[in-house]
Amino acid sequence: MSDTHAESVAYVRETFVGEQPPPAQETGALIWLRKNLFSNWFYSILTLLALYVIYVLLSGFLPWLLGGVWEASSIRECREIAGEGAAGGCFAVLSERWNQLLFGFSYPSEAYWRPTLALVLLAVAAAPVLFPKVPRALLIVTLIYPFAAYYLIWGGTILIAVMALLGVIVGYIVYSRLVDRGFALGFFAGVAAAIIVWQIGGFITAAAPNVLALTEIQSRDMGGFMLNLILGVVCVSLSLPIGIVLALGRQSSLPIIKWICVVFIEFIRGVPLITLLFVANVVLAYFLPPGTNFDLILRVIIMITMFASAYIAEVIRGGLAALPRGQYEGAESLGLDYAQSMRLIILPQALKISIPGIVNVAVGLFKDTTLVSIISMFDLVGMIRGPILASQDWNGVYWELYGFAAFLFFIVCYGISQYSQWLERQLATDHR
Amino acid sequence: MASISDPQSQQDSFRLSMLLNDTRYRGLTFQFIALILIIFVMAYLGMNLVSNLATAGLTFSYDFLGDPAGYDINQALISYTSQSTHLRAAFVGVINTLLVALFGCITATIIGVTAGVLRLSKNWLVAKLMAVYVEAFRNVPVLIWILIIGTIVTISGANPRAFLTRGGSVEPESEMLFGAFAFTNRGFYSPAVNFGPGWIIVLLALIAGIVGAFLWRRHMRKTLYASGKLLPGWPTWIILIAPVVIAQLVLGSLSLSMPDVESNNFNIQGGTVIGKPFIALWLALSVYTGAFIAENVRAGIMAVSKGQTEAAAALGLRPRRVMNLVILPQALRVIIPPLISQYLNLTKNSSLAIAVGYADITATLGGITLNQTGKALECVLLLMLFYLVISLAISAIMNVYNASVALKER
Repeated sequence: MSDTHAESVAYVRETFVGEQPPPAQETGALIWLRKNLFSNWFYSILTLLALYVIYVLLSGFLPWLLGGVWEASSIRECREIAGEGAAGGCFAVLSERWNQLLFGFSYPSEAYWRPTLALVLLAVAAAPVLFPKVPRALLIVTLIYPFAAYYLIWGGTILIAVMALLGVIVGYIVYSRLVDRGFALGFFAGVAAAIIVWQIGGFITAAAPNVLALTEIQSRDMGGFMLNLILGVVCVSLSLPIGIVLALGRQSSLPIIKWICVVFIEFIRGVPLITLLFVANVVLAYFLPPGTNFDLILRVIIMITMFASAYIAEVIRGGLAALPRGQYEGAESLGLDYAQSMRLIILPQALKISIPGIVNVAVGLFKDTTLVSIISMFDLVGMIRGPILASQDWNGVYWELYGFAAFLFFIVCYGISQYSQWLERQLATDHR
Repeated sequence: MASISDPQSQQDSFRLSMLLNDTRYRGLTFQFIALILIIFVMAYLGMNLVSNLATAGLTFSYDFLGDPAGYDINQALISYTSQSTHLRAAFVGVINTLLVALFGCITATIIGVTAGVLRLSKNWLVAKLMAVYVEAFRNVPVLIWILIIGTIVTISGANPRAFLTRGGSVEPESEMLFGAFAFTNRGFYSPAVNFGPGWIIVLLALIAGIVGAFLWRRHMRKTLYASGKLLPGWPTWIILIAPVVIAQLVLGSLSLSMPDVESNNFNIQGGTVIGKPFIALWLALSVYTGAFIAENVRAGIMAVSKGQTEAAAALGLRPRRVMNLVILPQALRVIIPPLISQYLNLTKNSSLAIAVGYADITATLGGITLNQTGKALECVLLLMLFYLVISLAISAIMNVYNASVALKER
């Protein structure tokens, strides 16, 4: 307190009074109940209604889950164990067909450790991208991961993966040497260098096909939840760079390039994914050179990637549009050319704004990978509808299987969307 | 790359290197390269297509659409037999797609708005319950929901015989709801509407009522703006309903035919049967899209700041006027664009009808017709064209709406 009032005021408190607890009538479980559940007659009716709904749901669900049978070899055995009129579900189908649900029915069982390891490595590789606090050194794992995952899941000699990685590294070195003399020059020289390395690598791999070779596994043997994960991860990662290019093209001032991007994006967004999968299944082969024989999974990856990149392009376009005009003008006034201003000023900011939207697209895409079951691929849903429900042993075990599939997808998608919300909160702290 | 863009410093003569180095020409160069590349890729794909078709002995033609389809469709709103053409089968599919999309959009909106508002409710339990609903449906693939709800619908419902009275001699096991509705394992029985002579006039009366109601509303608004006098709103409803009711009472063109449980001993006769595949797909799409709409509605309501409510109340507006004149117009501006794109998503998701055996366009044209005729290219192209037209139409509507509600700035 200042000295001027020291004489005139009788008493001045110099310390804060500690926080007081709220009055006794305003706390406690009963007050909480009254405030939140029974504040007026309408809310009371709503509450009772909600309680009834919860009771109905739980009284059906809990006995089914808790009284379930987990060990049996067929649905008949399940019913015998559970007894007459029992409410328990027959979860034995999950224990018995566990591997089929996760890996499909023709992936060799002695190789199950390989996709499992790839999944664990995925977590390690994704960590530095997703969480800024994870040590940057782990980005090395992220760089190596695509090649390691290919080697683990598809098998073959390790030289394929090594050569592919080598090509990328050489290409990047060439690019970084030349990028100062123009982005286009650096980019195309880098691509050319990578292609040369891959060509040479092709000869080397052909000459030594057995160096540290894992058993080769065809893509048509992949199935179950693993297929959903492979399709989701591969297509989202591939569609990101394509989406960025499309978004930039759509924002471009060059009419022909803009027009091409607009037509592509609007076409893809205008048709359902299932028609694109039909294209992959029955039409795409007509457009490939005679005699080429892409396997179905590759064709599906191409179409889903196109699908996802159109949606990601729209999200990034939103990010580009949200940037203040001054950022573009600032970049130009610094004398940066188009490639430099995009690479150094615009995209880092626009991508940061777009991350939540991109994550939403990724979740949607991952859910949509179940559609491949309609063109008779055996992903998780395809396995359930095809080999498992059609088998004599498990014909009629709908709820357990669909419930399991829903549960798996829920875990992954809910996890990602929670991450997205966390990220939004992190990004909201800075000024925009 | 040092770009030379200052025209004064250079002589005006054109040099070839300027195509790459001068920003005035570089754009043209890149566009030219892109155009050449596109043409090259298109030509390459086209040549592959031609040679592949020639090798397989196929031709690209839509003649097959005139051939008899040879398959039955379980739900056809226009007359259709297995002897009808593939084109007619495709039309049946189009109508079925539009039907389920229309009904789905209506119910999804009702469910979504209810859930979205309830999720913002101060009632903790209800809000949490709605959050569980929204998260459960948003995070699980729509195909799995369609399959689950399809299975529920398939196994539920009694045998139609349970409702039969056999000429009044037997006490039925189940009563029909209001004597008119019955959910059986063959589908949902409900009264059918018969269009008697003069139904066109009833329809015209309905249209006249709608137009009249709009005109009255406009008149109300004009009077309000011109003289500040607020005319009553109830005549709207009378103008809307009266003409069609009077026309129907006078002419009696429309009549209901009830499902008949007495005359036949094996099945319910008459009435309309709504097939199970339709019910399954309709329910699944409604609750799935409803979860997304709930989020949009919630975001829209939350986007209107609390100060708006308080300011309106401070102006002396009554709570209902606050909602109608201040909150809703602002919230709708936020809600409607994502709402329309949810309608679009619902329409596109209806292509999963094939999973529950509903005969939409994807199941008829893209499914059975494609497999029977082997005309993959033609069928898939036509299918994509159909969805593209719908999407573009809906986005055109959305653009018109957006332009009409966009904030008018200076």
